[in-house]
Amino acid sequence: MARMNMVQALNSAMDVMLGRDPRVVILGEDVGYFGGVFRVTDGLQRKYGEHRVLDTPIAEGGIIATAIGMGANGLKPVAEIQFADYIYPGFDQVVSELARLRHRSAGEFHAPVTIRTPCGGGIRGGQTHSQSPEAIFTHVCGIKVVMPSNPYDAKGLLISSIEDEDPVVFFEPKRIYNGPFDGDPHKPALPWSSHPRGEVPDGHYTVPIGRAEIVRAGKDVTVLTYGTMVHVVEAAVRALAIDAEIVDVRTMAPLDVDTLCSSVCKTGRCVVVHEATRFNGYGAELVATVQEHCFWNLEAPVQRVTGWDTPYPHAFEWDYFPGQARIAAALKEVMESA
Amino acid sequence: MTPRSRLHVPSPPARPGQEPDFSYVQISPAGAVNRPDVTASAPDIENLSVELVRVLGDDHRAVGAWNPHLEPAELQVALRHMLLTRLFDDRMQKIQRQGRISFYIKSTGEEAVAVAAGMALQPGDMLFPSYRQQGLHVVRGRNLVDLMCQCLSNTRDMCKGRQMPIMYHWGKGNIFSISGNLATQFPQAVGWAMAAAIKGEDRLAASWIGEGSSAEADFHYAMTFAAVYQAPVILNLVNNQWAISTFQGFAGGEHKTFAQRGPGYGIPGIRVDGNDFLAVYAVTQWAAQRARHGGGPTLIEHVTYRAAAHSTSDDPSRYRPKEEWRSWPLGDPVTRLKEHLISLGEWSEGRHGELHKELDAHVTACWKEAESYGTLTHGPTLDPATMFEDVFKEMPPNLVLQREQMRALRSARPEEERVAPSVAKEG
Repeated sequence: MARMNMVQALNSAMDVMLGRDPRVVILGEDVGYFGGVFRVTDGLQRKYGEHRVLDTPIAEGGIIATAIGMGANGLKPVAEIQFADYIYPGFDQVVSELARLRHRSAGEFHAPVTIRTPCGGGIRGGQTHSQSPEAIFTHVCGIKVVMPSNPYDAKGLLISSIEDEDPVVFFEPKRIYNGPFDGDPHKPALPWSSHPRGEVPDGHYTVPIGRAEIVRAGKDVTVLTYGTMVHVVEAAVRALAIDAEIVDVRTMAPLDVDTLCSSVCKTGRCVVVHEATRFNGYGAELVATVQEHCFWNLEAPVQRVTGWDTPYPHAFEWDYFPGQARIAAALKEVMESA
Repeated sequence: MTPRSRLHVPSPPARPGQEPDFSYVQISPAGAVNRPDVTASAPDIENLSVELVRVLGDDHRAVGAWNPHLEPAELQVALRHMLLTRLFDDRMQKIQRQGRISFYIKSTGEEAVAVAAGMALQPGDMLFPSYRQQGLHVVRGRNLVDLMCQCLSNTRDMCKGRQMPIMYHWGKGNIFSISGNLATQFPQAVGWAMAAAIKGEDRLAASWIGEGSSAEADFHYAMTFAAVYQAPVILNLVNNQWAISTFQGFAGGEHKTFAQRGPGYGIPGIRVDGNDFLAVYAVTQWAAQRARHGGGPTLIEHVTYRAAAHSTSDDPSRYRPKEEWRSWPLGDPVTRLKEHLISLGEWSEGRHGELHKELDAHVTACWKEAESYGTLTHGPTLDPATMFEDVFKEMPPNLVLQREQMRALRSARPEEERVAPSVAKEG
């Protein structure tokens, strides 16, 4: 066991997989010699050589397309898209090619590509370095969509993603790369070393794709959330006299309906929290799922706490970010309705 | 000159009712273009991207440094493949017109592009075709019944009813799955070739793109990645002059040849007579040798003409002269190879007629067999529940549930409603 932040845990996952499986290759902008702009691939090229860890041209469509070709030729590519905001030039290759290759060829070809990409705001990134586009990818059949909220899950889920024979889009909430963030930008940042999930085994282990986790058990209300918002919700709940059950969704697709809905059926109340924009956001799918499975157990309308339906503003990100106050308001609302 | 900017909107040299005019096609005499060593540096051979490599002259003799000197027996095999491709296309077009398949795309006039390249490559080389290279399947020995069953979406359909006709794939034959979204296969082929090099395998990839879709970003991705990593890949650009109704000028062909894009990336660009089997074979062989010697990628522009409609949904008489293909200065690839063999004393009109009859009968027999495995309207059909398979390797719970829902709905419906409606005829 070691203390790792999320960057180190992700690095360790790739280190473990590069060492175990000669088919694994890393590719992306600045990932090789430099080790990535967020240092996630630091030292890997030095250790495994430039045929295993490749710097690429600045061409997200080219990165994903060549990763598909490599995957079809028996490799297990891990492609980094430097910011989720940059993924759109590669969108056609994800949607029309990567996601559907197995289906369209009736299983004869497939490309087990993992696309890692940092997402989310709170880093003064403005509208081009802050987006959370997970919902867009969950709408595409044939890809799995994952977003961890802590170093332990990050490593275990990334290893699962690389080992998976299906394509995975792996979102990394960059605001929590170095420590759990409770949503208050004025407080000094906490390190992962003081968080139980900063304990990460050195070697190989997996966290299964498709399983949510109850990170706080409670009986009053269920909060469904993921990524950075897990920590903001935890802080908001700590500050209130509400016994909330917090579920870290972890895998947006496929969704662990059982864990989510068992919790909501038990508590009878539900708040959905994500950083991404609200309209047709992933929360809409969560709310619909809850409605289908838990309607007769619900004591109150399900609330959503999300980013506003605007581009992520550079100067006003703490007005945009769905922080503790908005979560607390939604929790009170859902507790007070009869 | 008026002191303001104005747009140049390209216009083809001839529209319906006008005389075809191919004076814009720069043609070198057969045998005139030098054949450099496969290790030549890209800047030293830029002339290949402007001139036109041709081996078969107007007198049907093979001349010049690019003559691959194939045995007559090989040429007869080539002719057989090309003629079979053409007869297969003709039959499938008729079948579509009878409403028995929903859609088809012919490769008429472009048979040499696929057949010559296919024959010049090794069986282990991976092919990433676009939708008009059915000749690759023919070269690699694909049973036509398999291709027909795909077009029929029947019980033997390799795609299990998931794809429109002609979107074939063949894992065993090393032919990749056709997407339908254009140009996407081009950078994928580069990735495949990069993986071959990473694994230390002596295999290369080849891909085909139309001149029209070379305007897509994927073309640029492919060229950039291929050049940067010197991937062992052959990038074929099939310039058949027409992208549905849009002539090649709209892809940028008025200003430079498409092959000239190669040198811009540091990749050799070779412009070849795409209707000359020997020239396409020789150029492919050159590019393959270069790639196998660590020389990296080659861009080959096949100058050809789309003699058929874009697809069965297209009516080219609305945008180009009806008989334009008859004026195409590079002729018909099947006729040219046939005449070459005759000039060698290795073929005759009589033998050609016999071959035509034999292959036509073969196509008929294949179609009969294919139909016995079901059509869109008659005979056995696949279980629609198979649509839920292969979305993922293991079926996730939501798909298991949906499959059950669909099955329940089907079994609740009366039998006559379950029969598929007849195929809609396209315009």
